[in-house]
Amino acid sequence: MSKDIRIKRGLSLKLEGEAEKELVKAPRSKTYAIKPPDFHALVPKMVLKEGAKVLAGDELFFSKYTDEIRFTSPVSGVLKYIKRGEKRKIMEVIIEADPEDTYRDFGKMDAASSDAEAVKQRILESGCGAFINQRPYDIIADPKDTPKAIFISAVSTAPLAPDWGFILKDKLAAFQEGINALKKLTPGKVHLGVDASSAQYLKDIKGVELHTVKGPHPAGNVGVQIHKIDPVNQGDRVWTVNPEDVTIIGNLFLTGNYIADKTVAVTGSEATNRKYFSTKIGAEVSDLIQKVDEDVRIVSGNVLTGLKLAYDQHVSFFSNEVTLLPEGNNYRAFGWLPFTYNNIHSNSRTSLSWLFPNRKFKPTTNLNGEERALVVTGEMEEVLPMDVYPMQLIKACMAGDIEKMENLGIYEVAPEDFALVEYVNTSKIEIQDVIRLGLDLMITEVG
Amino acid sequence: MEWIRQRLDKIKEPFAPGKKYEKYAPAVNAIDTFLFTPNHTTQKGAHIRDAVDLKRTMITVVLALIPALIFGMWNAGYQHFTQLVDAGTIEAFTFWEAIGHGALKIVPMIVVSYAVGLGIEFAFAIFRGHEVNEGYLVTGLLIPMIMPIDFPLWMLALSVVFAVLVGKEAFGGTGMNILNPALTARAFAFFAYPTYMSGNQVWVSEASSVDAISGETILGSLAAGENASYSMMDMFYGFIPGSVAETSTLFILLGALLLILTKVGSWRIILSAFIGAAVMGLIFNALPSMGLTGNQLTNFPWYGHLIIGGLAFGIVFMATDPVSAAQTMKGKWIYGFLIGFLSVMIRVFNPAYPEGVMLGILLMNVFAPTIDHYVIQSNIKRRKKRIKSATTQVKTAV
Repeated sequence: MSKDIRIKRGLSLKLEGEAEKELVKAPRSKTYAIKPPDFHALVPKMVLKEGAKVLAGDELFFSKYTDEIRFTSPVSGVLKYIKRGEKRKIMEVIIEADPEDTYRDFGKMDAASSDAEAVKQRILESGCGAFINQRPYDIIADPKDTPKAIFISAVSTAPLAPDWGFILKDKLAAFQEGINALKKLTPGKVHLGVDASSAQYLKDIKGVELHTVKGPHPAGNVGVQIHKIDPVNQGDRVWTVNPEDVTIIGNLFLTGNYIADKTVAVTGSEATNRKYFSTKIGAEVSDLIQKVDEDVRIVSGNVLTGLKLAYDQHVSFFSNEVTLLPEGNNYRAFGWLPFTYNNIHSNSRTSLSWLFPNRKFKPTTNLNGEERALVVTGEMEEVLPMDVYPMQLIKACMAGDIEKMENLGIYEVAPEDFALVEYVNTSKIEIQDVIRLGLDLMITEVG
Repeated sequence: MEWIRQRLDKIKEPFAPGKKYEKYAPAVNAIDTFLFTPNHTTQKGAHIRDAVDLKRTMITVVLALIPALIFGMWNAGYQHFTQLVDAGTIEAFTFWEAIGHGALKIVPMIVVSYAVGLGIEFAFAIFRGHEVNEGYLVTGLLIPMIMPIDFPLWMLALSVVFAVLVGKEAFGGTGMNILNPALTARAFAFFAYPTYMSGNQVWVSEASSVDAISGETILGSLAAGENASYSMMDMFYGFIPGSVAETSTLFILLGALLLILTKVGSWRIILSAFIGAAVMGLIFNALPSMGLTGNQLTNFPWYGHLIIGGLAFGIVFMATDPVSAAQTMKGKWIYGFLIGFLSVMIRVFNPAYPEGVMLGILLMNVFAPTIDHYVIQSNIKRRKKRIKSATTQVKTAV
């Protein structure tokens, strides 16, 4: 059964540097890292000490306030180093990898015929609970909740986003088993959003409600699909899982092992070897990209929502993509003149870039202006296909007005849904951050 | 350019954080960022950003004002010399004489407006520690454009001070003001110096020095019960007396075209305001058919109302000010419509204030947040209804 979702408002940025559809095995990294800051609002508590030997699937740390959520090692080896930041906050847990992985055996299990509680326990003890996020708040899901539905988006609309069809096409059995397992976690439906590319592989997946999604970015955002299919109301919980992480959960049940395989697309105008790399969660960035200097920004994830990385760091937990961009720390004379610098994309018509709809742009990280008060109206609505008033919600978040935020739909949004709003914003305000702070306030005040 | 950049970096050194003149950094930054878009890169969130910024947006509005401004300069001279020709003082005049006469009047007004307004803006930026906002680039040009040609410069300066201090900074600066600052300046001048802002002596340059003057505006003559002495085409092209740049609907529409094409001005507001004005005009025009006798103003054709007075200028350049306008899509339709509707209504019902559009826009500025409130309320209601229907579904399921 397939239902269509058509998104009209939005903006698909066409950028230089798409990854070639060729899957390459990445060299095995010397170290792998799990970074607690990848999981928003998580307070980690270590289980192991530095120097401990681990198998792939052994617990490294757990969530202090929800101790069922465990985080396990993606590879076997030795826990080499716990990197701490301010106030001894755990920033990275680094594992020195063995040449070959040995796995902790959780035992095979047929998800479809097993008891729901057993399935949940298996997912949690293996560390696969880390893959499940919840809406509202866009944080790691609390296993004590019962979600009204689970959403998976295999739609790639983000700029230079990896093609989910290409990533999943050889992992369909694991994907199906993952769906069988997830289906046990909710009394409601498992919704799967597909686009033209992923539909050809995923159309026969059973146990899901299939939605064909068409339209510009952010149509691929799971939040937008939730909003169109079954919006989150006050008090509701829905869960979301990234498509490839579904296959990791599936493999857990098929093989009994936590096989943290991740496909990472290397994209962006500055990347020389733009391919899909098959690697493990938390691999070293330097094993995927060429050596780059300060004039190139490494982004774990896509250009709108990703995280800035240094060359010697590790790919973030949820990233299926590494993007290389030129840094834009240069001056532009008279940059404010309308209709000049048309090589920089603009959604406003004060640049002539809109006359070249098929041109691929090569953006830099320049802010293209300075931060100002919110003045221009109407630009945000153009790229947010939700029944939400973005500017009013942003102002409510800035003011910390909880009742207003609730009324204006804070439960339905995640920072990533506002990424395009931030991109087009004339006043250059860090809107994803504003929404994140608003959500954090809701977590502490409402929960 | 590289040389200028290096000089600038050198000049900026004592203004860096921790240095002696740190406090005055906003003033230097304003000049620097005018010359160069800064080298700031994204730190959080989206790593790439749109090419647009507030400077670009505001300069686009300034560009859109230029055609009306240049026409206004020429028309100021044209009105002045035509009077002289009619009075027999001179034989003829050239295009350049006309534009020169206007420029000599208008350029000092612009200089005073920018100097005073930007001075206050810079002072506030330094005092409050934020960057100089670009909003005044537009306001500062708008203010002289909506004043009578012979308006004394010191009064202009006082109006600017009032507009920026009371109209804008008192509310928290750019982005927070309720009223359009340029109209605030005009309203201040209108009520503080009525003799310089109305009547039939002020709309033509140096009119009082000419005998047998017919320098009143069309609205003025209509209110006095006379028929307009200009053809509709003259009114549309703008060969009529009036505030500096408000007369030529043609050149205002050129500006409107640029605003709409660049999406800087809201086409919803512009269109709905013209519709609102037309509807009110049609209602007045229909009075005779309902057995009521109107007057010169009510019987003036509805399309005429769209092209005389400051209506077109106000709708295109002031009603679309995003800060003081309604901010929601639906709100913009309502806001625009009511501006047009009320402007013509005020103009007709209250001939003492022939410039209804100023009051119409200021009034709707005040009501814009209320309009938005009700538009957003319907969104909130929809959300609450959804919760209700969701809970009933659960109940029936149980």
